[in-house]
Amino acid sequence: MTISSTSILLRASALTCERDGRRLFENLDLTISAGDVVELRGPNGSGKTTLLRCLAGLTADYEGSVERRLPAAYCGHRGGLKGELTPLENLRWYGALEGRRADTRSLRDALDAMGLEGYAMTPCQQLSAGQQRRAALARLRLTRARLWLLDEPLTSLDEAGCTLVRELLDRHRCDGGGAICATHAPLEVAGTRMQMLGAAAA
Amino acid sequence: MIETAVAEPRVLELLTAQIRRDLTVAMRSPGEMVNPLVFYLIGVTLFQFGVGAGPERLAAIATGVLWVLALLATLLALDGLFRRDYDDGTLEQLALHADPLFVGVLAKIVAHWLVTGLPLAIFAPLGALMLHLDAAAVPTLVLTLLLGTPVLSVIGAVGAALTVGLRRGAVLLALIVLPLYVPVLILGAGAVTARLDGIDPTPQIVWLAALLAFSLTLAPFAAAQGLRVGLE
Repeated sequence: MTISSTSILLRASALTCERDGRRLFENLDLTISAGDVVELRGPNGSGKTTLLRCLAGLTADYEGSVERRLPAAYCGHRGGLKGELTPLENLRWYGALEGRRADTRSLRDALDAMGLEGYAMTPCQQLSAGQQRRAALARLRLTRARLWLLDEPLTSLDEAGCTLVRELLDRHRCDGGGAICATHAPLEVAGTRMQMLGAAAA
Repeated sequence: MIETAVAEPRVLELLTAQIRRDLTVAMRSPGEMVNPLVFYLIGVTLFQFGVGAGPERLAAIATGVLWVLALLATLLALDGLFRRDYDDGTLEQLALHADPLFVGVLAKIVAHWLVTGLPLAIFAPLGALMLHLDAAAVPTLVLTLLLGTPVLSVIGAVGAALTVGLRRGAVLLALIVLPLYVPVLILGAGAVTARLDGIDPTPQIVWLAALLAFSLTLAPFAAAQGLRVGLE
């Protein structure tokens, strides 16, 4: 479903989800408007990834309703990079998927901005885990999506990398975008809202 | 969908970008690309050893052996069609962004055929030579493989999509897909046998072409739907 209002990017109401007989969340209401960054917290196995997949529309196995503003960008815990391809080629593929034409210059700029100068032509499987994460997040610099669904974007990033993600989120927020991030480390982005899952939410 | 202004060229762009990407990936891991072909040629050699070198005896079974091996070689490469993308997370991105998804699936099928089916058809004359198939029937063999192997890729894609989320999907994939390959096998091998018997193989070839058109039209939709289920 899609939303007609301009400021609301995502509206989930009365979400209930069960996996293997365990109820992960029940009657969860969540609205993300322009300028919102929601920090999704909860212990391992509390359903953060499942919630993000419900919100992204990757699974329909839930009760309740989700309306989202398209296009949305989802970064899963599986990086979404082809190991045989270079970061540049991966970004170009994302461009074709999302139907935007991007010249090599802007793709390179996005990679440089994520601290990957000199790695644009190295196959992703030869990059370190942190570099791969940076390459995966570089597409957020290019996407037109106003709604971002990020699953643990800070994983395997060093301090500088985390700062880059925070800046990215902050800029996105100021540009009228919205995001929800499953994370274990505090995002420390201004105006962040917290959404708890699991025992802590009760 | 408010902001996704869908235009016609976008579909074509998606198709070519996805094919180009899959071909690049295949070129970067040549080992996996030549696997089905090596399997095919080794299979032919094994039959030579197993049946014995008598040219008449080999020639009698050549048609069936070449077609069955082509079928199994396709199957060998089929498991990775969606699974590798599933493992690295690019499949869910394709499912989220490819609009419509069946175009992305069609592109993956085309790329799959270009790296597995097409080489099989190209190298079939070599296999035919090794098995002493009558040279007069070789053009028919190549033609039926050119028409038949895309059908194998297309039908196989539906099975591969359905089993993508399963850890040991490869066996199940074979069980789903092999029975569906029977018509292709009958028509393909039938055409070559007809040619050997001096009968006009046109009916079988036309039927094979019809099968290709039919499966190419419908299977990408089925595979796209299968992927949505498999990604759950």
